[in-house]
Formats: sequence, structure tokens, C-alpha cells
Amino acid sequence: MQIRTVDITKNFVGGSARPVLDGVSLEVGSGELVALLGPSGSGKTTLLRIIAGLEFPDSGSVYFGDEDASQKSVQERRVGFVFQNYALFKNLTVGENIAFGLDVRGRELRPPKAEIRRRTLELLDLVQLSGLEKRRPGQLSGGQRQRVALARALAVEPRVLLLDEPFGALDAKVRRDLRAWLRELHQQTGHTTTFVTHDQDEALELADRVAVLNGGRIEQIGSPDDIYDHPATPFVHGFIGEASALRADLRGGRIFIGGHELALPGKSGRNGSGRLFVRPHDIAIGEAAANGLEAEIVALRRSGATRRAEIAVPFEAGRVEIDAPTSANLRPGEKVPIRFLRGTFFLDGESAAA
Amino acid sequence: MKGLSSVSVAIKRNSIIPGFGLTLGYTLVYLSVIVLIPLGALVLRASSLGLSGLWNIATEPRIFAALRTSFSIALAAAAINVLFGGIVAWVLSRYEFPGRRLLDAAVDLPFALPTAVAGISLAAIYAPNGLIGSLIAPLGWQIAYTPLGIGVALVFIGLPFIVRTVQPVIAELEADVEEASATLGATRIQTLWRVVLPALTPALMTGFALAFARGVGEYGSVIFIAGNLPYVSEIAPLLIIVKLEQFDYAGATAIATLMLLASFSILLIINLIQAWNRRRFGQ
Repeated sequence: MQIRTVDITKNFVGGSARPVLDGVSLEVGSGELVALLGPSGSGKTTLLRIIAGLEFPDSGSVYFGDEDASQKSVQERRVGFVFQNYALFKNLTVGENIAFGLDVRGRELRPPKAEIRRRTLELLDLVQLSGLEKRRPGQLSGGQRQRVALARALAVEPRVLLLDEPFGALDAKVRRDLRAWLRELHQQTGHTTTFVTHDQDEALELADRVAVLNGGRIEQIGSPDDIYDHPATPFVHGFIGEASALRADLRGGRIFIGGHELALPGKSGRNGSGRLFVRPHDIAIGEAAANGLEAEIVALRRSGATRRAEIAVPFEAGRVEIDAPTSANLRPGEKVPIRFLRGTFFLDGESAAA
Repeated sequence: MKGLSSVSVAIKRNSIIPGFGLTLGYTLVYLSVIVLIPLGALVLRASSLGLSGLWNIATEPRIFAALRTSFSIALAAAAINVLFGGIVAWVLSRYEFPGRRLLDAAVDLPFALPTAVAGISLAAIYAPNGLIGSLIAPLGWQIAYTPLGIGVALVFIGLPFIVRTVQPVIAELEADVEEASATLGATRIQTLWRVVLPALTPALMTGFALAFARGVGEYGSVIFIAGNLPYVSEIAPLLIIVKLEQFDYAGATAIATLMLLASFSILLIINLIQAWNRRRFGQ
């Protein structure tokens, strides 16, 4: 079932100057797995809750397929919602938690007891928790609880699945395991799924498409490759992956740092100053080249298999971080030639120009 | 004694919180002087009658009737308070409305008011010629000077116990559990019944136990509204006073001991149910 939001706007109850959501239109295709990614306060959770019907927008509409769900209550929308802190019913067993959505149905819609039990066991099996149906949520680990929450949401055969920071409360190892498992589960069940996360690795690894939100607007929506390789705005470039921003100028389609031309193609057209975003692996050091710059090493840190060097670029353009092999004999205070292999230039107050 | 001291040493050694010896000592002295020694003296005094003497007093019709009145009405009043006190706590912690703080403060009045004042005002209002009593008198009902009046007084006295134990629990209920229930298709009523109430049950039971314990021992507010008819609306604490006025100290302590035993058993049962409840939820 396709989800569509059209021009959703929502203001804080207090009436603060900036809206929580500012005209957000989003389309999630049937069977697609879309991540809403953004820093806290970007409105991503509010958007998810509006889709679910837990909150209502000041203006704009939500469609499920062709049906306008805007005026429907959360009960009528038939969405599966998974909360960050699981929100399991502590007084019920795991099995009763999963069966809850079927148990509360009106008599004419409720499946027979045996059928509910069969479904419950089937879902327990799907989330790999067979045999734990008699446990209470208090006796489960965090990862197990989140899987119960997912099984409970799936039990009502939701039209769409919405997850709010589903792995936010789990430790790193469990999070990675569950991520892979959720991807697999999505392929098995094919639910149209939207999840909220502030963890870019999670979004890029898990989602078919990622919507990056900032300040109540969608900055960019696209495949993980698109988002990473072709960030549309300075915010996306700064937020996704590691990047350093350098003061630079664009003149006649060429990029300069302090009068020194870089061997990078820039779009011709407007001239002006702006910021050049470069990722650590897009900078080469130690090769003297005609158009290279001499930069001073400020600090060195060990980072996994490589050494992370913080380098001050001349002309007060800023500092960049790069990854150097541990074999390279670098010392703080030393000057090294650097060369930019790739970079994205944004004119001040404008979107992508390179 | 040896076992106790070795336990205390073990706790002391493993704890980084200082002052264990001092605070435990203080607690024991305090409890002894204020609670245990007086109660012990009471039981000692009553024991001069022997078990059969105690039994004779318990089964004496007037005393038995008074004990039954005290305990049954205290239980009923506590039960009524669970329902209405629960609603009051819910309204006070869930909704914002003008005057909420004032209402919230008013809940504590039964704590603060001298019980005699409460009793006199309740009697005045619920008497057949009183503000409320005159409204229901045409229906052939009478509240003041009947067991119903005792019930009204005990409901009044017990209300803050329920409200103040349940209120913080309602405030800490996580909204997402109720939202989860709604996304699964449950109506408000179903959510309340299956999700909210089970979470509130332990607090409601604690409040029930407190209101009940207070109600059984309540004297000041009840005697003014009860009418104090032997066999009908006479409460056990009043009988104790009557016995004392007749210098029947053994009789008075015997009734007190009986009340102590009954209250203790009922509170023990409530606590056991609570413990069982906690185990059941795996917490």
C-alpha cells in the first residue's frame, strides 16, 4: 500500500516561530522501505506520527493508496507502529501482547481463538522467539522486546509498517544484528515500511530510499547512493558521512582557495564565495603536485586501521580530516602537500553548484 | 543475635553508603519506642484475659456487631474510594483545566482537618434537615445517624490516601503504551481496561490498604455522624472509649487487640497479593 503525504504543515502548540513540519510531501511506494533521517528536532518523528494518526497536521493530507486517511482515527488507519521504547504491555505475556490487536476486535471481525493462537505462534516464529510466548516483557532483553513489539504490530496485518527509532535504545552489536534481520524480514513480508532514525549508517544500509529532513523540510530524498555521492544541499553533505567544509571561491567554473586553483571541476555560471565539502577519503597527501597545497598537520589520532590526521589548510580556509596509512611517517607540525580528488562546492545561500 | 550481627557486618562491608549502623540503630529505637513497645504492652495487657477470655469478648453480641460494623464499612468505603479516588487522581493528573491546582490542594483537606470538625460538618450536611440530607429525605433515605453515615465519613477520610498513591503512578504512565494500544485497534475503553488499569492496580491496592487501615481506626469524624446505636451504627473504637470510661481496661485492650489482629491479617493479605502480582509481572 502506497503512502503519500501532501503538503503537511504542523506548528508547535505554543505557536513558536518555526513550524515542526513545513509543507512536507513524501511518497513511499508500495513495498518500499524508506528511512526518515535527520537530527533531533527535524520533524521526522512528527511526520511518522502524523502518518500513523497519532498526531494531526494543521494542514495537508495523508493518503494510503487512493484513500484519503486524513480524517481517520488511528484505530481506523490499520497501521503497524513500533515505538522506540517498545511500549509493550507489561502485565501481559509475550503471546498475549502479540495477540492483543486481534483480541480487541469486535466480535464479528475477531478470528476464532485457535486461529489467534496459530497466528501468534507463527509470528513468534517469524521474529525468532519461538518458545517464549509465556514470558513477560520484563524477562526479555531489549532486542527481544523490540522483536515482540514488531510481531505485535504485524499481527493486525497492517497496511503499512511505521517504526520510530526502532533500534535507538539498543546497544551497537544488537542494533547491527537487528538491522540485517529487519532487512530480511522486509524482503519476506513486503510491507510498505517507513522508519525514523538519526543514525545515518542505519538509514543508508537499510533503506531503499532515504529522506533527509532538517528544520521541518525534506532536504533531499533519494537512494542511499544518491544521498551519499550527490548531496543536494550543504546540510545533507554535512550530515551524511564525514565531511569537512572549507572556505573557497568559484570563479568562471573553477574553484580557488585563497587564489590557489584546485584541480576540481566547478559548474560555470555564477561566481562567488562559498564552501567546499570534502570527505576524508577524497584527499590525497604526500604527493607533491603542480596544483597541490601545502598544509600543516595539526593533530594525529589512531582510528581503527588508519591514522586520522587533522590538517590546517592554508589561507585560513579551514581544517580537514583525512585518513592516512599507519605506515606513513607523519608528525604534528609537519607540512605536507595535499590534493583534492573530489569535492562538492556550494555557493553561500544556495544549493549545489558543483 | 549472632546471625543478625554477621548479616549487618556483611551489608556494611559491601555498601559504599555510610551510616548503616547509625540509621539502622535509629530505626530500631524509633520503631520500638513509638510502635512496637506500645503495641506489645497492649497485647501483654490483653493476654491477662487468656485466649478464651479474648474469644468471649469477641463473641459478645454488642462487641461483635461493633467490630463487624467497623471492618465492613471500612472495607466498603475503601472500595468506593478506589473507584472515585481513582477517577479524581486521573482527572487531576491527566487534564489541564482552570482551578486544577486548587482542586488538587483540596484533596489533602481530609488529612489536615481536625476529624471532629469533619464529623460535625458532615453530620450537619447529611442530617435530614441538612443541605444534602434534606434533598434525599423525601425519597425515604437517611444518611446521617445510620451506618450509611459512617460510610460517608470514612469515604471522606480515605479519599486522599487513594488519590495521593495513584496520582504519581498515573503521571508516570508512558503515553506510548496507550498509543500502541490505539494503533492496534483498541478503543479508549479497551485501552483503559486492558492497559491502564492493570498498570494502576498495585497503586490502587496500596491506596485501598491505607484507606482501609485509616477507616478501621477512625473515631473523631465518625461518632458525630454515626448515631452510635448499639448493634446498628456503633463502631469498635467507640466501644473502646466506653470500656475505658467504665474503667474496664482489660475489656478495652481486648477489643483493641482484636482490631489489631484483624487489621494486621487483612493488611498482610493485601501485601501478599501485591507481592504475588509483582512476581507475576516479572518485575
